[in-house]
Order: sequence, then C-alpha cells, then structure tokens
Amino acid sequence: MHSTSYIIRFVLIMTTLAALVLASLNTFLGPKHVMNEKIYNKRAVLAAVKDHLAGTDLEDMTDKDVQSIFSSKIEQKVINMSGDIVEGQTAESIDLAKEKKKPEDDRLLPLYIYTNEAGETFYIISVRGNGLWDEIWGSIALDKDLKTVAGASFDHKGETPGLGAEIKDNPSFPDQFTGKQIIDQDGNYTSIIVRKGGAKNPTNEVDAISGATVTSNGVSEMLYRGIQYYQPYFNKLKQKS
Amino acid sequence: MAEVMQESQPEVKVKEPLFGKAERKLLSDPINDNNPITVQILGVCSALAVTTLVYPSIIMAIAVIFVTAFSNLFTSMLRSTIPKSVRMIVQLVIIATLVTIVEQVLKAVNFPVYKQLSVFIGLIITNCIVMGRLEAFAMANKPWRSFLDGIGNGVGYGLILIIVAVFREVFGKGSLLAGSPLEMKIIGASDLYWVNTSTNPWFGWYMNNNMMVLSVAAMFILGILIWVQRSRNPKLIDIS
Repeated sequence: MHSTSYIIRFVLIMTTLAALVLASLNTFLGPKHVMNEKIYNKRAVLAAVKDHLAGTDLEDMTDKDVQSIFSSKIEQKVINMSGDIVEGQTAESIDLAKEKKKPEDDRLLPLYIYTNEAGETFYIISVRGNGLWDEIWGSIALDKDLKTVAGASFDHKGETPGLGAEIKDNPSFPDQFTGKQIIDQDGNYTSIIVRKGGAKNPTNEVDAISGATVTSNGVSEMLYRGIQYYQPYFNKLKQKS
Repeated sequence: MAEVMQESQPEVKVKEPLFGKAERKLLSDPINDNNPITVQILGVCSALAVTTLVYPSIIMAIAVIFVTAFSNLFTSMLRSTIPKSVRMIVQLVIIATLVTIVEQVLKAVNFPVYKQLSVFIGLIITNCIVMGRLEAFAMANKPWRSFLDGIGNGVGYGLILIIVAVFREVFGKGSLLAGSPLEMKIIGASDLYWVNTSTNPWFGWYMNNNMMVLSVAAMFILGILIWVQRSRNPKLIDIS
C-alpha cells in the first residue's frame, strides 16, 4: 500500500508533466492552427466564386495560391447595419458567430470584393443561421448588378450526414443558386427560397433537399435575413453609380 | 573454489525475443480471434460515427493505434509505481494527454480532416478499447509486450473501421478515399465518375444508397462482418 503523501506527490508530478507537455505542444503548434483555420475560412469564401477562379480548381489550389488571391484580388470591407463602411477592420477578422449574439443594430458584416483576371467583380457576402441540430453558414457571391447570384457555398456544424449535411457535401445543392435573382423586376427584395417539393419560380427558388426539411427551411431563413442585412449598403452603392 | 566459480558466473537472464511467438500472437490475436470490435464489441460507437468515408476512417485508425500503443507503453512503464487507489485516474491522464497530442497535431497537419472528425478524435478518451487494454494488459505486463498489444488492438479496431467505411463510401457516395489525394470516383451521374449512370446503358437504374450514409448502415455491416467471422473462425464457435 502506498502512503497518502506518496499518492498526492505522484499525482501532482504526473499531472504537472502532462500539463507541461500539452502546453508546450500548444505553444509550438498554435500559430499553425490559427493559420490553418484562416485558410479554411478563406477557401470557404472562394468556394462561392469557384466558377470564376481563372480556370483553376479550388481543390487543386495550394494554401499559397489561396493566400495570394486574397492579397492581390480581394478587397476586404466591413460594413455596419446602416450600410456604412467601418474603417480599420478586415473582413476576415469578423466572426459572424459572435456578431449573431449582438443586438441586430450593432452587428458588423464582412464583405469580400473579388475581381478576377477577366475584370469581373463579385461581391461575396457571409450569412449565418440555424439548421436542424446546430448552426449553418455560407458565402454568397453576387454579380456586379448586386442582384444576380454568381455562386454559393454552405457549411454546417452538425447536420445529419446524407440529409441536412448535403447542403455542403452534395455540390449540386449550392450549384442551383447560380443565376438566381435576389431582387424581383419591380425592385422588391425577395431573397432566394429553398422550396420543398421543387422550385416553382425559376428566378428566385431552388429545390429543397428531400428528407431535410428543417435544414432546407433554415437555409431559406438564413438567406432571407443574411442578404437583407447587406441591402442598405448595396442600395447606397447603387445610388452612387 | 567451486563456490567462487559459481558466484562469478553471470546470472542467466531469461531473454525475451523482440518478435518471438508470444509477441507475434500479441499483434495478430486482436486482428481476428480477439478483435476488439467484432469479438469484444468494444468501441462500436465511434465505428458507427466516423465510417461514412474511408479517408477520415484511416486517420481515425492511425490516431487510435497511436493512443493504444503509447498509453499501453507508458502505463506499463509506470505500473509498479502507480498507486492502486488512483490507477484509473492516472490511466485517464495518460490517455487524455495522448489524445490531446493527436488532436493538436492533426489540427496542424490536416485541418479539413480535423474538422470532419470533429469531436470523435476527442472521444477516443472514452473509447473502451484503450482503457480496457490498460486495465487488462498493460498493468500486468512488461513495456515492450504492452506496446505490441496496443498496436495489435489499434490495428484490429482500425481494420474493421476501414472495411465498414469502404462499403459505406462506395455504396453511399459512389467514391473511394474522397478528400484525400488518391480520391477515386467510381459510380455516379456525371462524367467525373468511372461509371457514368446517366449515359451507361447497363447502370441507368443505379442510385447511391442513402441509407449507407446513415449510422444504421454501419450497424448492419458490422453485424454481417461478425456473422461472417464467426462462421469461418472455428475458435469463435459458441459451443455452450
């Protein structure tokens, strides 16, 4: 039998050693983690304009390529809810998960303006909402007219694989959004509706995922609110031009 | 004089070979006769959860092999000094430290797979296989043998994981090793796949089986694996 003081000493030394190992590992790998997370998020933004990346496949791009696109072809802006540009911040430093917890009027929104080799400009906005089990989010690219969708990408935290998770795993779901209009002919904001049972209006509706009604409705809801937040800024842009 | 002679003779140590029969058995036993998943029915939870795709399953298998091997090794090295009253806590500290190391390294090396496996890497801590081996083997055996036992059990677990994942990915998604550099697209409705179901005259009826993507499919496949194994392995036939 070991004495109580031996047990206490043993456990103290052991846990201290374990803590030391983990702390030094974390200090050593920490910068790499932050870097990886940034690249991962940047790839998610670029996924919305994957058809306009000068012919290269996003999956074939190295981390360096992603970085260079971000530093040379993307302009980052932060806007507030009344549509004014907030100076001194970059879009990638905005965490929508945190913004979602603030009161609506205080939120800040990230905006990425991407200009490709052909001179086409795309406005990539970020949206975030709720799926069935947890949060879902996405990036939507709008054409220069600020109403035609040029591409979309979605991600989620814990939707059911094969059902709700298809918003990310099945490329045909985000691909449906290309070419849809968020504003109708009369100039009213309509957003894009994910319709159960198949899209009825080809200009602003897409097919829902069968068996994943709650996630599909979540995407609809997220888009309606998320895109609307950007409308004050877009309206100001339109007035200027 | 004779006595002195005897004393000067070196003590004959029973040398354990590095890969003797017993050591090889430690490695091979958990792969078939004493497989942690199909025979002991341990670690089934993660086997259901992570096996939708082959590539994350391989990463998961490597992670578990690392954790079982090194937790067995360290526990065995410390086994005479660990106070019996806190041995479970000590084992848990060892396991949790190793799992956190795996998680940190994976997050730095392959971030997309880290995102995909999400909580399941952390949940290796609660995988019964790991602590089961520490309690049943490492606390009573020497470090090298414990290390081999850990590798054997990790491989036994990983092997089942990969077999289940191959079935689920091929029939559920029509691809193999998706997400890795060796990605193969086998069957599906576009030109990217080897068998294009929209143009191929023989496979126009084929559709991916959506059930394969859900965890129930893993349960069925595991059941079939256990059935096949038990009917082919005479050591596992239940005579009671």
